[in-house]
Order: sequence, then C-alpha cells, then structure tokens
Amino acid sequence: MVAFFEWFRWLYDTTGINLTIFYDAFDRRRFIGGFFTTVELAVSCIALSVLIGIVGAWLQGSRLRITRNIVYWYIQFFRNTPPLVQLYFFYFGVGAYLKTTAGVPLVSNVVWAILGLSMYAGAFNVEIFRSGIESVPRATVEAAESFGFSRLQAYRYIVLPLAFRVCLPALNNNLVNLVKTTSISFAIAVPEMLYVSSQIWSDSVNVKEMMNVLLICYVGLVGLFVYVMHRWERTMRVPGYGG
Amino acid sequence: MHMLRTIAAFVAAAAIGLASLSASAQDALDTIKKRGTLIVGTKADYKPYGFRDPSGKIIGIEPDLAQDVATKLGVKLEVVPVVSSNRMQFLEQGKIDLMIATMNDKPERRKVVFIVEPSYYASSVNVLAPKSAKLKDWTDLKGKKVCVIQGAWYNKQLQQDYGMEDVAFKGTSEVFTALKGNNCVAFAYDDTLILATLLEPEWKDYEMPLKSILEDPWGLAVKLGEDKFYKLMSDMVVEWHRTGRIVELEKKYGMGNTSFAVKMHEKYKK
Repeated sequence: MVAFFEWFRWLYDTTGINLTIFYDAFDRRRFIGGFFTTVELAVSCIALSVLIGIVGAWLQGSRLRITRNIVYWYIQFFRNTPPLVQLYFFYFGVGAYLKTTAGVPLVSNVVWAILGLSMYAGAFNVEIFRSGIESVPRATVEAAESFGFSRLQAYRYIVLPLAFRVCLPALNNNLVNLVKTTSISFAIAVPEMLYVSSQIWSDSVNVKEMMNVLLICYVGLVGLFVYVMHRWERTMRVPGYGG
Repeated sequence: MHMLRTIAAFVAAAAIGLASLSASAQDALDTIKKRGTLIVGTKADYKPYGFRDPSGKIIGIEPDLAQDVATKLGVKLEVVPVVSSNRMQFLEQGKIDLMIATMNDKPERRKVVFIVEPSYYASSVNVLAPKSAKLKDWTDLKGKKVCVIQGAWYNKQLQQDYGMEDVAFKGTSEVFTALKGNNCVAFAYDDTLILATLLEPEWKDYEMPLKSILEDPWGLAVKLGEDKFYKLMSDMVVEWHRTGRIVELEKKYGMGNTSFAVKMHEKYKK
C-alpha cells in the first residue's frame, strides 16, 4: 500500500502531476472524508426529499383548502428560488437568529444543507408524484373506495404504488440532479468533496489534477446511482401497465 | 536642406533623450532634495495603516512613518494612495520614491523592487474569538470549528498542528456572519487585521486571546539599485524599532500591539 502511495510522489517528481490525495496522508484523509460527506448528503437528501414528495402529494389532494394552500406556497417558494440562495438564507439568514454558545450552532451547516437541499428537491418531487397520481384512472380510485378503503388506505395501497411506477423516470432525473446539487453546500462550508478539493488545491496549487479527480468521482458516484435506479425501475415494472 | 533639417531634429531628440537618461541615473536622494518633496505611496483603504480622515487626507501608521522619513531628509511629504495591484509599478515607474503599503515580503517581489531589511512590520496568525469562549492556547482549538478564509496559506498547517476543523468562506463578511452566528468558535486570520477589526464597537465582546504564530514580514521598498536610499531606510527602520516608534504608532491609532512590533523593540533597544 505504501509503495502504491509513494508511486504518486514519484509521478509528481517525474511528470509534475501532483496528486497529493494519494501520497500526502493528511490530504488523503480529508479527501476520503469529503467523499463520504458527499455520499452522506446525497443519501439523506434523497430519503428526505422523496418523503417530502410523497407526503406533499398526498396533502395536495386534501379536502382542506388551508392544507392545499400550504403545499402550494411551499412549492412556489422552493421551486422558484435558486438552491444556493436558499442555503445562504438558511445558514446566514435564519441561523444568525438561533443563538447558542460560541462554536456550537443549534443547527450545523451539514444539517442546514440536508434540510435546504431536501426541501428544494422535495418541492419538485411533490409535483412529480402529483403527475403520477393524476395518471391513475379515477375509476381505479373509485373501485378502491367501493371496497371500503379510506382515503389514506387507497393512497397507500392503490394509488401510490401505481403512481410511483409512472413517475419513477422523472423522479430519477430529479434525484440525479439532487446528488450533483449537493456540491453547492460548499458555499456554507460543508466539508463535502468540492469543499475539500478546493482546500487541497489552494494548499498545493494542483487545480487541474483536483478538477479531474472531482470529475471522475462525480461521474462514478452519479453513474452508480443511475445504475441502481434503473435496475429498480426494471424490477418494479408492472407488465402491461404504463410504457 | 530638407535632409539637414531632419538630421538636426534627430540630433536634438537624441540630446533630449540623453539628458533625461542622465537625470534618471541620478540618485533618488538627490532628486528628492532637488524637488523638495518626498513622494510616498501608502494604502488609503486599510485602517489603521493607511486610511482617509473625514477631510479626505490620508492618515495612519504608514503615512506617519513616511513623515518621519521626510522630516529626516528635510523635505515636504506627499502621500500618494496606492493599491496592491499597482504599488510596485508606481515605484518602478518613479511615480513614488518610497513604498510603505502593507506589502508582504516575498521572494518574487524582491526581484521587482528593493525591499528594505530589517522588516518594519509583520503580520502573524491569531484568532478573533468571543470572550465567552475563554480560549487560552492554540491547543484549546482541537476538534473545534474554526472559520478561515478560503486559500489562506496557513489553513492546512493550523489543521495539522492543532487539529481544528476548518470552516472556510470566500470573504471576511461571510466569516464575520458565521462567527456571530456561532457557526465557528473563532476566526483564524492575520493579527494585524484582527487588531484593526477589534477597533470597531460591534466587536467589543470579542478578543484576540492567543499567542501570535507563523510570522509573515512586511517590507517597505525603494526602487531597485537605489543603494544610498536603501541604506538610509534600513537605518531608519532600525531606529524606529530601537525607539519603539512602531509600538507607539499602534497605540496612537488605538489598536493593540502586534507581537512583531514588541519583539523588534525589545531586540533593538539594547
């Protein structure tokens, strides 16, 4: 292993390609940390935003006007503002009013990033799920009701499973975007992959090497995610239903 | 006839060229004395080193040092505002005779201008922290979140040496907001800038509690090749350190003393 790492020092000495993340233990540790922070962000945001989407789409069909209005304004707010501005708003705008002791914020930057990005992607997810729900024929819902299903039961056992299959391609799109958007949490100093890379290249002035490493890592990460989602899409397919 | 006139014009032009050449070969000190004015480039946007008073006049620690030089030479002082991107060029082009403009002494800069030794000033790294954090030593920062500016040269070293967790932002305004929002326990930065920040009343509950480390000298400079002026300035700097002039100026402008100014005064006063 040591020989493998030292090979990169030799590479730097002979070719000038400076990959400190291999031969410098400190840089290596922080880059691996950054990679896993990105994974952590992505997984948390995906889970939370899908949950927001499912619950939001259900509330959208509520009989209460106030509930529908709340969902409507939530979507308007988060879909119509840039995610970077939202993160700044949460971290600097809202965070400044949550006073605590020095150095121990009530809500850490990682939590703000997860909340902010999930709310952002969640707003899109609500609309994506709605499109799926609307594609379920009214007659199917009526049939469920005539079997004595309550609104929630019909949503959970009949509408959502069908809607989910219809909207999965659109959902995948949005989630892939979400994984890439995690990189903007760089702006509020979340130590994810882009953040640590920028720290490393300002210390070692190896901008072009780190840019390539970043690109490869994101392609790998998103590629893996897309592959998993496609497999899932295939296994979920109901023969004869939808495309 | 026509030809002759052209030749005469050439000769005249050459003569003027030669005259100006010999003028520039003249020593800077002679030029200053003949002119009766010393032209010094200082910052005008960097409190308390060089800034404008309400009347628009440039004042501060560096203009005061410039005045000392003018007084010594027995000439009047003219202060020209410079910024980081033009200060060395102004000196090269002869727009200013002397540059005292918060410039860090770097090897590549020594190739362009004549940086005077010993250093008249130096910034070091320290932290701005709320008094309530009760920091005493750099080791207190282990595992704590510390705000820094992206790309500052000491970021990695501080993390390696003291095990702090850095929270980096692009500019000071973001850092100040993050610090006030308790997103970090302290802000690691140049002590000179921290002392300047502490002059503002909004930072009255904050302090610079640690021992300054990682000293980075500032250099005042004359034009390359001006050996006599260099010697004079070098003696002048030693004199400033010996008499405690810099420590005194820091006090005059209400800032705390930098560790460098105190150390140099101790060293030369013997």
